[in-house]
Amino acid sequence: MFRFILKKLLYLVPTMIGITLVAFGFIRLLPGDPVLLMAGERGVSPERYAQIAAQLGYDKPVWQQYVHYLGNLLQGDLGNSLVTKKPVLDEFLALFPATVELALVAIIIATVIGVPVGVVAAIKRGSWFDQISMTGALVGFSMPIFWWGLLLIILFSGVLGWTPVSGRISLMYFFPQVTGFMLIDSLLSGDEGAFASAVSHLILPSVVLATIPLAVIARQTRSAMLEVMGEDYVRTARAKGLSPRRVIAVHALRNAMIPVITTIGLQVGVLMAGAILTETIFSWPGIGKWMIDSISRRDYPVVQSGLLLIAAIVMIVNLIVDLTYGLINPRIRHK
Amino acid sequence: MSFFSTRMLAASAFALMAAAPLHAKTFVYCSEGSPEGFDAAPYTSGTTFDASGHAVYNRLVQFKPGTTEIEPALAESWDVSEDGLEYTFHLRQGVKFHSNDKFTPSRDFSADDVIFTFERQASADHPWHEYIPGVTYEYYSSMEMDKLIKSIEKVDDHTVKFTLNQPEAPFLANVAMPFVSIVSKEYADALEAAGTREDLNNAPIGTGPFRFVAYQKDAVIRYQKNADYWGEAPKIDDLVFAITPDASVRLQKLKAGECHLMPYPAPADLEDIRADPNLKLDEQPGLNVGYLAYNTTVAPFDNPQVRKALNMAMDKQALIDAVYQGNAEIAKNPIPPTMWSYNDAVEDDKFDPEAAKAMLEEAGVSDLSMEIWAMPVQRPYMPNARRAAELIQSDFAKIGVKVEIVSYEWGEYLKKSMEEGRKGAVILGWTGDNGDPDNFLTVLLSCAAAAPGGANRAFWCNEEFSDLLAKAKAASDHDERVKLYEEAQVIFKEQAPWATLAHSTQYVPMAKNVTGFVQSPLGDYAFDTVDLAE
Repeated sequence: MFRFILKKLLYLVPTMIGITLVAFGFIRLLPGDPVLLMAGERGVSPERYAQIAAQLGYDKPVWQQYVHYLGNLLQGDLGNSLVTKKPVLDEFLALFPATVELALVAIIIATVIGVPVGVVAAIKRGSWFDQISMTGALVGFSMPIFWWGLLLIILFSGVLGWTPVSGRISLMYFFPQVTGFMLIDSLLSGDEGAFASAVSHLILPSVVLATIPLAVIARQTRSAMLEVMGEDYVRTARAKGLSPRRVIAVHALRNAMIPVITTIGLQVGVLMAGAILTETIFSWPGIGKWMIDSISRRDYPVVQSGLLLIAAIVMIVNLIVDLTYGLINPRIRHK
Repeated sequence: MSFFSTRMLAASAFALMAAAPLHAKTFVYCSEGSPEGFDAAPYTSGTTFDASGHAVYNRLVQFKPGTTEIEPALAESWDVSEDGLEYTFHLRQGVKFHSNDKFTPSRDFSADDVIFTFERQASADHPWHEYIPGVTYEYYSSMEMDKLIKSIEKVDDHTVKFTLNQPEAPFLANVAMPFVSIVSKEYADALEAAGTREDLNNAPIGTGPFRFVAYQKDAVIRYQKNADYWGEAPKIDDLVFAITPDASVRLQKLKAGECHLMPYPAPADLEDIRADPNLKLDEQPGLNVGYLAYNTTVAPFDNPQVRKALNMAMDKQALIDAVYQGNAEIAKNPIPPTMWSYNDAVEDDKFDPEAAKAMLEEAGVSDLSMEIWAMPVQRPYMPNARRAAELIQSDFAKIGVKVEIVSYEWGEYLKKSMEEGRKGAVILGWTGDNGDPDNFLTVLLSCAAAAPGGANRAFWCNEEFSDLLAKAKAASDHDERVKLYEEAQVIFKEQAPWATLAHSTQYVPMAKNVTGFVQSPLGDYAFDTVDLAE
């Protein structure tokens, strides 16, 4: 097990170097540059341009800039944003908890609903429940997130007035951020009603963000269940006279969960992508919106270091997912 | 400031708030984006100026609310020398800077603060010039303050004298702009001693109507009324910016009562807003222009007759209906009608495709094909450049001119459109910085601006026109300036380096109970005069 983890960790090193190269290279391949974008319609004189480029180190050959960047990275310096002039790491840490909170709640919603729906759909294959839930999953998977989010806002916040439109908590509440997780901080604040306000603000964005993963998980669970239901060991379990519930819960579901867990792990990447749109619609102060803004402003340090941090997190989550296989499937553990 | 100290600041700010009595009036503004920082000097976006310059700070002089006229602010009065080279500002006495949990001012606002504000931007050797790595002062240099100001001198604690290199009438308007918001030298010294220089940008101390309380990145900015404000105290107790980037979501928040006022509604939502009994819509012509700039150095566009003929082929009303959904007016001059010296006697080129065709033939131009550049981004002065280009394309087709529409990424677009020998005409626009006609005409149409780094995308250099601008800039008499700019507009129209397209209208939707909000022609959002009716 230890060697397994070590091997996986070693794989991370070349991947991370690859990511620095890709992030560093791609943002520079995009046309347009930060100084011109800052100057806007007014323009900037060639002398002034050269002066700023020299100050930022962009007058040097790209490979030198890259080496310089790597050198700083090794010393833990991720650079400063060209726009806000603040350290990239500070900005990331200020925004990251909001994204994690949203993503965690979304993945919990997707799993808690998706897995049972998939199981029931598989057991009652061809029934009206199967038909409706799988059609629903297809619709959910194809849903344009931006439109879906806006639709929910107009319905639940505008017409019905059940949920707040956007933000993380009512502006009435103002307390120090201890963990950055609004659900926890609101409890710590001791303000009456703060937690309820935080929950009500989380409902719509997490449902929107959960939509695609929910659809994927439900479909994946259904097909995995169908596959294992035809296996010999399930037939054996049935032949032994075990109750149908026990056959499904212990013999079938546990085996079917392996591909489902892989899917859930892979959804972390999808959540990051979905977060970009969801955060924009719901004015959610997370890293998705931060990345998009930085790309459009060609804020090189934020894009290259932000991408690196996000990639590192996705990889670590995938590593954890790999490790949980071991818990579920002894064959991997003993390999 | 480290992440940790940001939290500490938020925590202590909270303690301050908690100690204060419960506030009755909280005004929530659904702002369109996050400020880049709270020191107004290094930044250029209106979003940042609303959150810093207008809320927290004051300038030596200011724009009278709702106008571009200058009125006293931190300077109570000023004298200009005969030759127009010396400006002596007499500073207001007894003005207090804000305090926060780490800083309490020991003295009132003085000449030292004014000198600190200007010199840190002017001199690269100043210890506060690059106080955070990468800080530059783009507004200061693009308004050419570095070339304009020769020296700044402290006459006494309450008098400051600026000496200029050449007489320049728009100077006063320049020092009303947010980038020269007066910062406290004493605060800077305290930060220096504490080793937290970056707090100048994170925890601003100003003299303005509101005291900065806390900022949660990309989410909320909180301010409190400045009880010691030298001017008329704000009527609201707390001001909150709820950052909401999407226009439709802003409107939903406004409708749900989650905020009181929002900027930049989507044009498609205007009808809906007008129909809502709980909302009202304030509208005002914007201080902007959308235009199509020909390259006047390339044949056949070097011939004014050709440019005029093309202008006559354009159905501008159709363009305004389709591109601006009717929320704009036809532009005939390069400056908007709300700006002083607007020459209303100038007549626009008549829309007359037949005459245009004849004029082109007369100029010996046939089988003309050209490029029209459509900018890839939306701006208030041009909500949909691609659509505008298509309309112009079909108008020109009717007089036998073939148009190819091209576009580039925004940064490239700005760069390539200023490259010498550029093919084709460029759609672009401008929003005024300081309400002075010079800020349109010299920046966009003078000979000097036709050089690399300028913004004269017609590359139009008319000596007579440029001379008029130079004279107007040096003249101190307002009426004389008006006359010179009016003349310049006549030359502009005769020469037609641009097709002037539109001046768009600015809309500000707000809740019915909001009173006292005054729209700024410059597009600023300031809340020192707002109130909420019970």
